[in-house]
Amino acid sequence: MKRAEIARQENAQNSDDATLSSKAKHRLHLSKDSLYSGKSRLYPGKASINFILFLLLVGVLITALFMGRYPIDPVTVVVIVVAGILEWIGNAIASITGLKIAFFWSIPHTWSTVMDTVVWDVRFPRAVAVILAGAGLSVSGATYQGVFRNPLVSESILGVSAGAGVGAALAILMDQGTSVIQLSAFTFGLLAVGMTFTISRVYRSNPTLVLVLAGIIIGSLFSAMISLMKFVADPYSKLPDIVFWLMGSFAKASKTNFTLVIPVILIAMLVIVLLRWQLNVISMGDEEARSLGIDTRRLRIVVIVCSTLLTAAAVCIGGVIGWVGLIIPHISRMLVGPDHKDMIIASILLGGSYLLAVDTVCRTLTSVEIPISIVTSILGAPIFLYLLYKAKKAWS
Amino acid sequence: MCARLEVKNATFSYDGKRNIFEDISFSVDSGDVFCILGPNGTGKSTLLRCLCNLYPLNAGNICIDGKGISSYAPKKLAKKIGFIPQVHTPTFPYSVLQVVMMGRTPHLNTFASPSHRDKEIALEALMTVNIEHIRDKPYTELSGGQMQLVLMARVLAQEPEILLLDEPTSHLDVGNQIYTIKMIRKLSKKGLALVMTSHFPDHTFLSSSKVGIMKDRKFLAMGPAETVVTEENLQEAYGVPIKIVRIEGEIKRKIAVPVVKD
Repeated sequence: MKRAEIARQENAQNSDDATLSSKAKHRLHLSKDSLYSGKSRLYPGKASINFILFLLLVGVLITALFMGRYPIDPVTVVVIVVAGILEWIGNAIASITGLKIAFFWSIPHTWSTVMDTVVWDVRFPRAVAVILAGAGLSVSGATYQGVFRNPLVSESILGVSAGAGVGAALAILMDQGTSVIQLSAFTFGLLAVGMTFTISRVYRSNPTLVLVLAGIIIGSLFSAMISLMKFVADPYSKLPDIVFWLMGSFAKASKTNFTLVIPVILIAMLVIVLLRWQLNVISMGDEEARSLGIDTRRLRIVVIVCSTLLTAAAVCIGGVIGWVGLIIPHISRMLVGPDHKDMIIASILLGGSYLLAVDTVCRTLTSVEIPISIVTSILGAPIFLYLLYKAKKAWS
Repeated sequence: MCARLEVKNATFSYDGKRNIFEDISFSVDSGDVFCILGPNGTGKSTLLRCLCNLYPLNAGNICIDGKGISSYAPKKLAKKIGFIPQVHTPTFPYSVLQVVMMGRTPHLNTFASPSHRDKEIALEALMTVNIEHIRDKPYTELSGGQMQLVLMARVLAQEPEILLLDEPTSHLDVGNQIYTIKMIRKLSKKGLALVMTSHFPDHTFLSSSKVGIMKDRKFLAMGPAETVVTEENLQEAYGVPIKIVRIEGEIKRKIAVPVVKD
């Protein structure tokens, strides 16, 4: 079976899997509950919580790999993944040393090549894209909240999402392919943030406040441009494309068109992970951070640029996805405490698991794939309400 | 030999038009406690912020160990000079220990997090100010007095040679005020140079070796508390009559009390 055909069948889903997905959701729900109940001291065992979150991510990943149009049972999926990883390691060793060690090919291929294709060429790339996007959005949300000292700030605050929307709409209007749309979204996202920064430079007082206000101004300007493009778009061919892109989807994520953004996400995330102690200090306030020897201007620029790259990269592979960057940092803070040292790691793991779980539901729940932003928003609102209720300790 | 902290002809203004203070000079050495008095809005806090290079001066210069502060790299400067701002509640509920560990930041590499050793230093600092029992409490839930002590512990963990305190006794009850003053004396005995602002002329008799009274952009008077904190100077600075009397017996010191007549 050809890849494209398999992919098409994956995305056109029958109803049998609906029961499976609700079971998976139930399992996710259970494991989150058990995490909350372990909370007795103030922020206990952060490392172990992060380890549990890592296991959660692996669990969700395996679930995402066996669920879908083409049925593969979970055990086979695990075996396929293990065999694939072993063979990859074997190949790597062979290419470096020239030695072919038989051990790495010791698992017999009892499954069909179709299964291999489904797991490695269709579901795995998509899952990786979703995990990276979810982790990226969460980390950038967490970073913005720390740098702006405001727990209600999210990753779209500086106008990235609106800018990326304009870029994508423009590329769709001009009849471009997926990779051009993604590149255009990325570029315009960065352009919007660049404009936000330029505006904030003009007014010298209170850099943080002016930056956020400039973000709101640029965001609404670009939203107006999106509306304009929707207005002039052909209502039968272009308009639906634009609307669907703005609602977000990972259906078009494949190995080829996100190799460009993966390094961007990984490097930006690494920089933030390395700077996470400094994030703690800058979140105490600018003056205090400076009196503790931090070059706050440089740190703020580096960290905001990295978060913006993360958001732009995530938006460019998955479209505009709301709420993830707002709620995941809050849940992470509830689980491991406000210290960015643990909280950034928790955000990466939890953000990846959450978005992958949502994406899996989106593509398996009904016969047509549901745009992911609809689900993140429907889930996000009640989760945020719950967090407000629970968060007496997490922030005041 | 030059003094630890030396300020020469310092002038500062936010907008380039109206000077907050001008032509101010003083010096502070190890073991000194220099207390700046003055009415609200005279720029005491601004002066303190200029001393640790949060705001650059418009004219004049500030030297630490003979070297201008603007030539220090931020980290180097933070190892020399510590600043305790007025207590405020931060956004995120870091634990007390985490806040104190932030004091170790100038000793860390940019990409590093505090090590086990840094944690020990932080714990020691908590012990010095006698608050190790609240080490796991969220900082945001503390009282003003406790927050002040935590900031004190943080600056101890920072291990600077000069310490700037912005109104350390302002939001505290009498008990905590005296405790803070005792801490200040202890630190000056350890060889730190301290500069603080205060709203309590009376406290200068308890803690300060040197006092400057700020009024209308300048020091009205500067010198030892005994000679500077006088009825005339305080009257001129605050615009209300303040009596200075010496009480013998158990107290055995000068006190400053405002006179209120009906």
